Amino acid sequence: MPYLDHAATTPLRPEALEAMLPFLQGSFGNPSGQHAAARAAKTAIEEAREQVAAALGAKPAEIVFTGGGTEADNLAIKGAARSARDRGSGDGVVTTAIEHHAVLHSCDRLARDGFRVTKVGVDAGGVVDLDALAAALDDRTTVVSVMLANNEVGTVQPLAAVAALVAERAPRAVFHTDAVQAAAWLDVAAGAAGAALIAVSAHKFGGPKGVGALVVRQGARLVPVIDGGGQERDLRSGTHNVAGIVGMAAALTATVARRGEEVPRVAARRDRLAAGVAGRLPDGAVRSNGDPARKLVNNCHLAFPGVEAEALLLLLDRDGVCASAGSSCASGAIEPSVDLARSSVRLTVGWPTTEAEVDEAVAVITAGVERLAGRAGRVPARG
Amino acid sequence: MRPMRVLVAMSGGVDSSVAAARLLAEGHNVTGVTLKLWGGESDSGCCSVADVEDARRVAAQLGIPHYTFNFADDFTATVVEPYVGAHAAGLTPNPCVECNRSIKFGRLLERAEATGFDALATGHHARVIATPAGFELARGRDGGKDQSYVLYMLAEADLARLRLPVGEMTKADVRAEAAALGLRTAEKAESMEVCFITRGGRERFLAERGVMRAGAVVDPAGRVLGHHDGAARFTIGQRRGLGMAAGERRYVLDVDPAAGAVTVGPFEALLRDEVRVGGLTFVADAPPRATEPLLVQVRAHATPVEGRLDGEVVRFARPQPRVAPGQVVALYRGETLLGGGLAV
Repeated sequence: MPYLDHAATTPLRPEALEAMLPFLQGSFGNPSGQHAAARAAKTAIEEAREQVAAALGAKPAEIVFTGGGTEADNLAIKGAARSARDRGSGDGVVTTAIEHHAVLHSCDRLARDGFRVTKVGVDAGGVVDLDALAAALDDRTTVVSVMLANNEVGTVQPLAAVAALVAERAPRAVFHTDAVQAAAWLDVAAGAAGAALIAVSAHKFGGPKGVGALVVRQGARLVPVIDGGGQERDLRSGTHNVAGIVGMAAALTATVARRGEEVPRVAARRDRLAAGVAGRLPDGAVRSNGDPARKLVNNCHLAFPGVEAEALLLLLDRDGVCASAGSSCASGAIEPSVDLARSSVRLTVGWPTTEAEVDEAVAVITAGVERLAGRAGRVPARG
Repeated sequence: MRPMRVLVAMSGGVDSSVAAARLLAEGHNVTGVTLKLWGGESDSGCCSVADVEDARRVAAQLGIPHYTFNFADDFTATVVEPYVGAHAAGLTPNPCVECNRSIKFGRLLERAEATGFDALATGHHARVIATPAGFELARGRDGGKDQSYVLYMLAEADLARLRLPVGEMTKADVRAEAAALGLRTAEKAESMEVCFITRGGRERFLAERGVMRAGAVVDPAGRVLGHHDGAARFTIGQRRGLGMAAGERRYVLDVDPAAGAVTVGPFEALLRDEVRVGGLTFVADAPPRATEPLLVQVRAHATPVEGRLDGEVVRFARPQPRVAPGQVVALYRGETLLGGGLAV
C-alpha cells in the first residue's frame, strides 16, 4: 500500500521502538524523583537530551522537551513575545503567510493580545519575500518566525539571509524557526544556524507522536506557556514523557546517521513519482507547485487543473494510496489561485517507500486524474 | 440484488447511520461521507464538529471508509446567500430545500458519479419506487416523518441513482435498529433547526446581515397598528408573535419589504383560491393533466389539500390560507410525489 503522506507522519523507526520499550514495560520512574527508579528515568532523558542536542547542533542545556512540534512553536512564539513585552522591549511579531497553523494561530493569538503581527508573503515558488520581511522588521520586533522548510510544497527558506536581516533591522528580536518538516531531511544545525529557537517534532522523523523539542539558545528569553512543577528549566512543566523523549532521540540519531544514504534514495523515488505522473498525463494536465530548486527531497506537490483534490483523494484511498490535499494550511498563499490550490495534492515520500510503491501510486494517480479531469465543479442545472 | 458501490451522505444523525448500516447489510460496497457546509459559527445542525465525529465513528463501527467533503463555498453561494436575499425580498425561503437542490443532489451527486459510485444514499424519509414507467418518489412509511416535500426537485434520472433506505421504516424502527446495532447515534436528538443558524436565532442571523429593517404593522386599510423591528421576522399566515394586544385574532396577510410594512388582518382575509408557482419541475418531466385532482402540500408538515395544476397556477378545491412566496408547493398523486415549485 503506497503511503505517500510522510509529511503528515512517519512510521516509527525500529531504533525508536527498541529504545522506548524499556520505559513502556518495566522502567516507569518519574525523572523528577529522588530514588533509583527516578534516577533511571532521569539518566535516560538526559542522555536523550545529549543526543538531540548533538543532532541539532545545540548544547544539551539548550534543549527543551515538549509535547510535540505545535507546542514547541507555541512556546517559542508566545514565550518570546510575552517575555519581551514583560520587559517593555517591544510589541512586534513577524512571520510568513505560509507557516504551519501552530505558528500562524499563535501569532493570531498574540494579535488579539495587542501585538502588532505582520505575515510576510512569498513568491510563486513559496520563498519568503525578503524585501517585505525587511520592511516588517523594526527595533520593537520581539520575535520573527520563519520556517526552515514549508509543510505543503516543501520550499526550503533562505534562513541565513533571514537571520542577517533580523540581526541588522530587529536586533532585539528572537529568531525562531519551525524545523518540523525539515528535520527529517536537512542538517538542522547548518540550515537553522542563525536561529535562536528551533522547533522539531519526533513523529516527522520516525519517532513517536506527542513529543517534540525546542532548541532555546542561551540568551533567548521565554516565558512558559505551561506552568506547573517547573520541569525543563521552568519552560515546560509536566511530568516528562520518558519513553517518547527516548524514542525521539533514537529516531533523530538514526535519521542523522542514515541521512547520507536516505536522502539520495528518497530524492530518486520522489523524482520517479513526479516524472511518472507527468509522463502519463497530457501536457497541461499536471503542474508542479513550489520551487524545484528549493524543495525538500521528499516533497511532490502537484496541481491537476480541473480536478478536485477531495475527489481525487477518495479515488486514491480506494486504491490504497495515502496522500493529502494540497491546500490544508496556507491555501492560496503559494498556489497561483484558490482553484489550483483545491486541485492540488501533496505526495510525500519516506525512507520506507519502495520503487514498486511509487510505480503503483503513479498508475493509481494518473487513472484517478484521467477519470476526474474536466468534471470538477460541474453542477447539474436543475429547477 | 447486484452489489453496488454506494456513497452514503452521513449527517451524524440516526437516520443516515441506519441507512449506511442497511445498505451494508444488503451486501453493497458502502462509503460514508459527511459534508462540511458552513464555516461560520453554529451550534447545531449538520455541520458541527461533533456531528462529523459521530458520522466518522459510526462509519468506523460499520467498517466502511468515511470522508468529509468541503462544500462550504458552494453552500454559502447557493444556500446561505440566497436565504438572506430571499428574506430581504420578503420571501419565506426553505434553505434545506436549496441545500438538497444545489448541494446534496447537485454537488454531491455529481461527485458521487465522478468518483465511480453507482448510487448516492441519504437518510431521508421517502421511498424511491421502481415502476414499469420509471422511478417514482413516494412519501416515507412514517407519515409523521415524511420528507418527500423537501425532495420535490428530484427528477426521475436522479431517483435512478438514489437510495433512501430508511424510507420504508418508521422513526421508531430506525431507532430500534440503531440500538440493536449498537450505533452511537441511536438515541441522538433530531436537529430541527436550520443548520447554519446559531443559537441567537434567525432574527439575529438576519440582523447581522442587515436584513432586519424596522417598520410599521398596518391593517388592510393602511392604518398603523404598531411597529416591528424587522419584516423578516414575519411570515404570511403567521399569528403568534405579532406583538398585538389580545382581542381579535390577527394574521400576517402580507409583507412589503420595500416599505417595511407588515399587513395584518382576520383569517378570512388570508384565504385564497389559488397560488401561482414558479420554477415548476416534475419527477417524470411532464406536468399532470389540468383536470386531474391532486394533493397539494405547501409547508413541510402541513396536511395536503386538494387542488389542480393549471399551467403555473394551483387551484385549490377549497380556499386555503395564502401560501407565503418562496415556500415550496409540492404536488402529489396519492402518496406519490409528482413535482413542485416555489410559491410566487
